[in-house]
Amino acid sequence: MDREVLSDAIAELIKTAVTRLPSDIVRALKKAREIEIEPGKTQLSAILENIELADTEKKPICQDTGTQTFFVRVGANFPYTDILEESILEGVRKATSTVPLRPNAVDLLTGKNLGNTGKHIPFIHWEITKDDKCEIIAFPKGSGSENMSALRMLKPADGLEGAKKFVLEQMVEAAGNPCPPTVVGVGIGGGADIAMELAKRSLLRPVGERSDIPEMAKMEEEMMRAINSTGIGPMGLGGKTTVVDVHVEIAARHPASLPVGIVVQCWADRRAGMTINAEGDIEWHTI
Amino acid sequence: MAYDMRTPLQEDAVGKLRAGDTIYLTGTVVTARDGAHEKAIKMDRNGERMPVNFSETAVFHCGPIMRKNGGWEVVAAGPTTSSRMENIEHEFIKRFGIKMIIGKGGMGDRTVEACREHGAVYCAFTGGAAVLAAKAIKHVKDVFWLDELGMPEALWIFEVEKFGPLTVTIDTHGNNLTEKIKKMAKERAEKVKF
Repeated sequence: MDREVLSDAIAELIKTAVTRLPSDIVRALKKAREIEIEPGKTQLSAILENIELADTEKKPICQDTGTQTFFVRVGANFPYTDILEESILEGVRKATSTVPLRPNAVDLLTGKNLGNTGKHIPFIHWEITKDDKCEIIAFPKGSGSENMSALRMLKPADGLEGAKKFVLEQMVEAAGNPCPPTVVGVGIGGGADIAMELAKRSLLRPVGERSDIPEMAKMEEEMMRAINSTGIGPMGLGGKTTVVDVHVEIAARHPASLPVGIVVQCWADRRAGMTINAEGDIEWHTI
Repeated sequence: MAYDMRTPLQEDAVGKLRAGDTIYLTGTVVTARDGAHEKAIKMDRNGERMPVNFSETAVFHCGPIMRKNGGWEVVAAGPTTSSRMENIEHEFIKRFGIKMIIGKGGMGDRTVEACREHGAVYCAFTGGAAVLAAKAIKHVKDVFWLDELGMPEALWIFEVEKFGPLTVTIDTHGNNLTEKIKKMAKERAEKVKF
């Protein structure tokens, strides 16, 4: 395992992420089409046809190939930690020309488009584990849905009811903009950054998988019903399916705070993962 | 209703369209996002000539992925969020005699008013359906402002065939489908008890 091999693998991982959607989201969209009415049904048919075309033609599902984002769980005894960051960067550069990806990193001061690498971009979320392996999840995040993210610092007295109201209000305000049917990630507790991080991280959980905390699992289902009752529907043109899932993650809170973070994921719920062992062998996660 | 339409779009054909109709479009489409809208208006104010006659094409809110492969190849070309152009679209419609705007997410009151006044419609193409869109683009006719604005913001001139589904959400009669749905969604949300 060297930088060349690892960066090639990263480019391959990005390619998988932007051209093939995981089976959980595809299943959810197909199920939605079965129950949907017009014009939502036409929208879902176009979405599903597009997913198939992208897969067969090996082309990006959406022209917004997103901000390149990675979730890395690296073992304390993983032997290649020193080349991880530079290989991810190099992999992003390679994928930009080979896939190709749209240049999506703009210099904040000059407005110049830099390709897909710039200050803090790609962004890597690091986690350290006890073993000798490394798991890398590519999570390219499009801006149409990311722009509908929100954070509100509620009063503790507002409770979970306040959190639910905020999520519903925000999704109604977002309407068709985040390209529904969406998956809504909600982070409750911690501080402002923790709530947002949890909200984004919750989107890595497969569509259809409930929280392992019973109260939160109940809240996820309640929120799904509430948001879908609004009738916003696929692409905001009206219909039964506005969200295919809601994921809630929680953290302990400060006695005086109740932060609620929302991160919205469009129907192009792109995720791809791989695990590298201590020998440098790569195992691609099934999608 | 579903219609097959062709550019240049005729005033009476556009006038017949109602919010909720579906269109498949054949002809010429030009991409324009925030940067291109601003540049075009600025140039027009200074009396400079446009490289395209916007009134004879449909304007597509899109920042495509293009690849040079001899000529230009469209890799992916779905719509971008139209509300970013809301503060400028009405002037764009008025100055250039736009007949059809294609984007996603819908647009607001100022665009509705300009569409009513100048006989234009706004249509939503399925957001994210970039390969489906690329498949309907048969030829890349030209590109302008590429060096200055970059790949996503440049004016790309596409020849399209049965480009769609396009759902009319703003017609020439003042209707706005996405706003109507948003209003209904708000009313329904207020009734939800937690």
